Amino acid sequence: MQFGIFSVGDVTPDPTTGTTPTEAERIKAMVAIALKAEEVGLDVFATGEHHNPPFVPSSPTTMLGYIAARTERLILSTATTLITTNDPVKIAEDYAMLQHLADGRVDLVMGRGNTGPVYPWFGQDIRQGLPLAVENYHLLRRLWREDVVDWEGKFRTALRGFTSTPRPLDGVPPFVWHGSIRTPEIAEQAAYYGDGFFANNIFWPKEHYQKLIGLYRRRYEHYGHGSADQAIVGLGGQVFMRKNSQDAVREFRPYFDNAPVYGHGPSLEEFSEATPLTVGSPQQVIDRTLSFRDHFGDYQRQLFLMDHAGLPLKTVLEQLDLLGEEVVPVLRKEFAALRPAHVPDAPTHASLRAAAEARAAGGDSGAGDAAGPAGTAS
Amino acid sequence: MNPYKLAVVSAGLSVPSSTRLLADRLTAGAETALRERGATATADVVELRDHARALADNLLTGFPTGDLKAAVDAVAEADAVIAVTPIFNASYSGLFKTFFDVLDADALTGTPVLMGATGGTARHSLALEHALRPMFAYLRAAVVPTAVYASSEDWGTGAENDLTTRIARAAAELAATLTTTPPRTTDDPFTDPTPFTDLLGE
Repeated sequence: MQFGIFSVGDVTPDPTTGTTPTEAERIKAMVAIALKAEEVGLDVFATGEHHNPPFVPSSPTTMLGYIAARTERLILSTATTLITTNDPVKIAEDYAMLQHLADGRVDLVMGRGNTGPVYPWFGQDIRQGLPLAVENYHLLRRLWREDVVDWEGKFRTALRGFTSTPRPLDGVPPFVWHGSIRTPEIAEQAAYYGDGFFANNIFWPKEHYQKLIGLYRRRYEHYGHGSADQAIVGLGGQVFMRKNSQDAVREFRPYFDNAPVYGHGPSLEEFSEATPLTVGSPQQVIDRTLSFRDHFGDYQRQLFLMDHAGLPLKTVLEQLDLLGEEVVPVLRKEFAALRPAHVPDAPTHASLRAAAEARAAGGDSGAGDAAGPAGTAS
Repeated sequence: MNPYKLAVVSAGLSVPSSTRLLADRLTAGAETALRERGATATADVVELRDHARALADNLLTGFPTGDLKAAVDAVAEADAVIAVTPIFNASYSGLFKTFFDVLDADALTGTPVLMGATGGTARHSLALEHALRPMFAYLRAAVVPTAVYASSEDWGTGAENDLTTRIARAAAELAATLTTTPPRTTDDPFTDPTPFTDLLGE
């Protein structure tokens, strides 16, 4: 199982000091946080993509390329890549390039984006969000899998004799997750292709995500990629820890009370009960995170939101120490002990390459990288 | 036959409130009218005052918590809704609007609705037609033609076309709509998703 962090990249005043980092400071802080993630033994760093203030990460592959050069093991991912407003041709090129530079440590989470004006700023219509996600992603897959593409669709200029360069590292496209917090069609899309499904469950009650993930698992099996419990699921989490749980609550409360997403509404205690937010001791975080398995089944990737709401870099790095030293080692052991043998790990470049080589050698593993459903049922 | 489920939404702020009083009279009227058609009903009353904080939280977080969740479900699952608000500044109260703002967009589609309102003078009565009716039309509810407004003096007036008569007429309309409307059917995209090949247009 993979553990990591995902960052929105918000520039938010620290409510306890009134200090707001500059964009330069925030960008460098994101890099420091990513490097720390590798240092403390986490597996994944994922950056958001935003095209409006107060967010800095408009150019994910630039940031991830820089982090790739300064890390050895860390998987570099996104949360999310805007499949609606980015040109799929540019996504194909940028992430193929990044995959080469990072020696295969890249995957992506596709998302539609929920900031209304971004669509018109990039020449699109938010009411077409779903058709854009469907068409653009289908083209992206072809660009990574076919050397020469002839294509025509509704939303971008037609392509005749187009080759997306560089070709994917080892001929293996990056693994893709589809992120959604509410849309059954995206769960269906992820299931159809046998891709991963990332449910960012941190802001809503679990019942909603149980329906979404349940749908993804059922349809993954329907499309012949494996059994429902073999589908590739990722989840979010949101924690703040101190050795003593009262200290955690006292320190985090002003950040919670003023947070851009939920501040000035429910109390920290109410929100913690209704959503995965866990503010307390490392043991409380361990217990809460293990409960995700009870709600959603065995899953492959757990990403925590750690650097938001104006928390200072120093605090975030301390949090990562606690996460890496006290929480994740226990979670690795506990999840591994509970997981049945037939439940796979999340695909990586290495595993996808091995599967492709096995297919080329004549054996069909039946997993992973077909251009569509593996089975004939549809 | 199973009793019809009525959800009664009252946005009165004081306890007791004339808004709740009107809601109760409308509910009793609807039960009587249904009985005359050989039907029975159960009524689930939602006092919005009890959910005032949770409603503000729901605006910020996007989901209902605790008792508000039960109230939202009761209204979404009701066979008919009786909705009563005090008139503030020529319109529904903010609390009343907030409750309907946090319902799912299609929660009231096709649901028969009886509207009522209260106010200090009869001069505000058309707020029902100018503010509430368009909102329920937007929500695609089946609002009955008669809306009932009760001003202070209505509680002590026994003239022709008095409050009791208007309540009975509106309740009869609700009962007629309810007993002649086929039960709502809803598609659940989580149990019955659109196949991806349809989304792909292939």
